[in-house]
Amino acid sequence: MKIHDETETLVGDGVKRENHMLTFLHGVRTGIPVAVGYVPIAIAFGAMAKSAGIPDYVSVMMSLMVYAGASQFVGVNLLSVGAAYWEIVVTTFVLNLRHFLMSASLSQRIPKGASRIGLALVSFGLTDETFSLASVRQEPQLRPAFLAGLNLIAFAAWNAGTWIGVFLSASLPATIQAGMGIALYAMFIGLLVPSLKKSRAIVAISLLAAGMHAVLRWVPPFSGLSAGLDILIVTVAAAAAGALLFPKEEEPS
Amino acid sequence: MNSLWMLVALMAVVTYLPRMLPMVMFRRFTFPPFWKRFLRFIPYAALSALIFPGFLTSTGNPVSALAGGLAAFVLAWYRFNLMLIVLGGIFGVMIWQSLYN
Repeated sequence: MKIHDETETLVGDGVKRENHMLTFLHGVRTGIPVAVGYVPIAIAFGAMAKSAGIPDYVSVMMSLMVYAGASQFVGVNLLSVGAAYWEIVVTTFVLNLRHFLMSASLSQRIPKGASRIGLALVSFGLTDETFSLASVRQEPQLRPAFLAGLNLIAFAAWNAGTWIGVFLSASLPATIQAGMGIALYAMFIGLLVPSLKKSRAIVAISLLAAGMHAVLRWVPPFSGLSAGLDILIVTVAAAAAGALLFPKEEEPS
Repeated sequence: MNSLWMLVALMAVVTYLPRMLPMVMFRRFTFPPFWKRFLRFIPYAALSALIFPGFLTSTGNPVSALAGGLAAFVLAWYRFNLMLIVLGGIFGVMIWQSLYN
């Protein structure tokens, strides 16, 4: 298989180490838009947890160990209203189960020789945003070093933002954060739209997913579902419908 | 151990396992064609579900969110750099809010 990024030009026995390093740095550069989007959200998380009376070390440890935006907000919220711990753990699990699908999707593009321990480490950094960035890339194979760079800068930004939110947020103007709310959505749009021009199957799947999600969010019998479960159901249904309706959709080269 | 530590540790475990297991376990497994297509379509289904309708509530005002989303869409259609698309979305929201507030 051919890999189309600039680091490939250095392939050769003598430069293997630099090659990994360049691939890693390429991942870091690719992850900058995610990092920029994460900082204000993480600041908001830290500030919200602080104002809800959550001990500082809990917020900081959540960002370090759990590292999942939606479930951290929900977790802190449940904690502050006095929910049982098992409820918080189950909610967290349901909210993040969608990452199972994303991880399975990415697994098919990992080079055969990749080490299990390396992948176990890299997979800690899988989020909606890092997955989206990695999965729409043109090259058929995704190298662990690339994913490591991408995931690491996003993780660093999330944790830096959490610290700012917990320890410094009183001194930050709220108006700046309001305008930043759109940042990650703009990134998602930037990742999806170019693919819409390539394939009618992708257009159909996208419309189906958006329509189904609107129904689940707004129509009464379903609207009580958690946001994470919504996204999991919609993603499975729309991707399965696409796989059924577009059997001729050719494999990526 | 303090029970809050225990809570964070359990949250970490139930978040990490679904992230890690497929990438480590399914890598050498060759799926049948239907499931291959399914896995390949996951990113687009997930992206679309993440965008809509969530972005409408991202700025506190659906109309300014629509302005930002539209700016991002146009820039993405013409394949601008991702960072410019993100900045375009933010400016779209800010311009709208400064005009109508």
